[in-house]
Amino acid sequence: MKHETVETNAGLLIILTLAVISVGGLVEIVPLFYINDTIEDVEGVRPYTPLEQRGRDIYVREGCYTCHSQMIRPFRDEMLRYGHYSLAAESQFDHPFQWGSKRTGPDLARVGGKYSNEWQVQHLIDPRSVVPESIMPGYPWLIENDLKYSDIQARLRALRRVGVPYSLNDEEYQANVERFGEETARWLDINRAEENLVAQARAGNYDGNPSRITEMDALVAYLQVLGTMVDFTQYDDGYFVQFR
Amino acid sequence: MAHSTTMAGAHAATGVASAEQYNYEIIKKFAIMALIWGVLGMSVGTYIAAQLAFPFLNFDIAEISFGRFRPVHTTLVIFGFGGNALFATSYYVVQRTCQARLYSDSLATFTFWGWNISIALGVVTYMLGYTQGREYAEFVWPIDILIAVTWVVYFWVFLQTLLRRSQPHIYVANWFYMAFILATALLHIFNNLQVPVSLFSLESYSLFSGVQDAMTQWWYGHNAVGFFLTAAFLGMMYYFVPKQAGRPIYSYRLSIIHFWALVFLYMWVGAHHLHWTALPDWVSTLAATFSILLLLPSWGGMINGIMTLSGAWDKLRTDPIMLFLITALSFYGMSTFEGPMMSLKSVNALSHYTDWTVGHVHSGALGWVAMISFGSLYHLIPRLWNTKLYSLKLVYVHFFLATIGIVLYITAMWVAGIGQGLMLRAFDEYGNLAYTFVESVVFLHKPYVVRMIGGMFFVSGIVIMAYNIFMTITAARREAARAEAKIAAKMAGAAS
Repeated sequence: MKHETVETNAGLLIILTLAVISVGGLVEIVPLFYINDTIEDVEGVRPYTPLEQRGRDIYVREGCYTCHSQMIRPFRDEMLRYGHYSLAAESQFDHPFQWGSKRTGPDLARVGGKYSNEWQVQHLIDPRSVVPESIMPGYPWLIENDLKYSDIQARLRALRRVGVPYSLNDEEYQANVERFGEETARWLDINRAEENLVAQARAGNYDGNPSRITEMDALVAYLQVLGTMVDFTQYDDGYFVQFR
Repeated sequence: MAHSTTMAGAHAATGVASAEQYNYEIIKKFAIMALIWGVLGMSVGTYIAAQLAFPFLNFDIAEISFGRFRPVHTTLVIFGFGGNALFATSYYVVQRTCQARLYSDSLATFTFWGWNISIALGVVTYMLGYTQGREYAEFVWPIDILIAVTWVVYFWVFLQTLLRRSQPHIYVANWFYMAFILATALLHIFNNLQVPVSLFSLESYSLFSGVQDAMTQWWYGHNAVGFFLTAAFLGMMYYFVPKQAGRPIYSYRLSIIHFWALVFLYMWVGAHHLHWTALPDWVSTLAATFSILLLLPSWGGMINGIMTLSGAWDKLRTDPIMLFLITALSFYGMSTFEGPMMSLKSVNALSHYTDWTVGHVHSGALGWVAMISFGSLYHLIPRLWNTKLYSLKLVYVHFFLATIGIVLYITAMWVAGIGQGLMLRAFDEYGNLAYTFVESVVFLHKPYVVRMIGGMFFVSGIVIMAYNIFMTITAARREAARAEAKIAAKMAGAAS
């Protein structure tokens, strides 16, 4: 076939272009849903509790991903600075993923438990009061805004629809008990979402003020769980290499 | 004196004829919006650059804090400035090269409003905290739907015009515009598969998660660069460079080869944004391989553009518009060399997560995309209004401000990125990390100030352009009104 045939036929040009641009995505994306090794076989990763999920929503809202990654690479300096490299399994319930692309600030994939709640709150309100050289913006409104959680069930239901195992009925609840244990399964019950959220905020007292549930409670709860779900002491050195 | 009036009269007459032959009104609208969004978007860019150098500029105001303001910048420059420039030039090029009037004035007008309302809504929603949290695809789901509808209409208008062409051949610029329209539709739809929290909520959750979501996003993200910011602007190049140079395209065969190679290869390379992450190695390796291959068609385009000037190089001395176009192609060549280099896993280990990437993207965005758009708009606008540019001297001023701005910007980002990359991987003699993270932040201050100054140069350039264009259009309108009055007076004289 002469190229002239394509140049004189708009329909053919469109069909051929579509065929040519489809190949890359088909070869690189589709298999990721079918190859089992893509996500590691690992214990401990669970969906976020209602409060943590609200914190994650705020993390997305404020555009934290524009300066912070959540993806530690398998290099010596990153292991020393941040901890074990990130596993695909650790973001399997992240809709959307927040791996980020730029580190204007440090990686946050394992920031959970590194600092106290008090430090996190102070740092978010006024970063330079704890790290004088920091160039991070302050987020004082987080402690002023009451957390909106009237739509928490709708949020978890939407997440359930995209595949996160929050339970809506008894059958799903039992499946969660089997998969995550009874305690975790209770946190993932959509019908109890509101009381779970309030209970965790009260018990955790993340923002230092037990009388109110603020956006700060949610965001700090989320930050404190990041990277803490997998117990790496349970696995041999090199166990995860087979999945790379 | 009498001679010059008849000339103006003749000018006005041809203006009327071409207004009937082609739909220029819609192109005028898109061209003006490109400049308005461009000034705004680049100003916001300079402001967020200043925030990184002087963080007090966040003022603890949620709406303008860096995390919310950065998508405002990227959306305004990519989709506002770039998008409107592409609508304007594609509607112009498809009409001129097909010698056919643009299909359906009302549908074309719909694309104008659909596109620009989407951008305005996007900016407002980001500042209020509504975002999908996906880079360059932050629009919330209702805006995504509006964009999708607009895009389908755009495709239809473009295709119908193409089908009404008065000669058998479809000119090469239109292949690129068509590929850009098709690929953007495909990418936009698959990267924005979301489930809303409720029908009345602006918030939603992405259909995919984790590793699959990351792969889909960067398949989109890099092809926003590949098709929106490259293929389409190559379409622009293939019309405006030969037109301005007054010479045919250097090699017809090269344009065929590099077109098919480019559209095939680009779609594979997105995963080089995910080297060393939890994405499986095989995808990452494939992406790196195709990124290296991509150098060939990229340079094919650059060579084809630059060599079009062979035999007319003297134009660079006399024609500032040609300076914009050729400098754009040079930056295109440079950043399409830098890109494949950064996609090598070993280089990427250092460059990823640093400002080197930011510098690379701006050498493409400012050097290639903005410069080729400036050149094309300077060529286009006097023809649309049937007049001459208000000042060629100001075009020179713009060119030098823009070029100095880019050079400051990318050199600052090389220093920042490579410097930070080296600091973070440095060890002391005991094998401990040599620097804390915040020490690298302190190091970044000076390059960030230089980058901000570079941005200021670039913004002052486009502000001067906006002034120049404003004066051009005002003068054209005055001239047209005067000519019309003359004709009316003559008609009245003839009637009596």
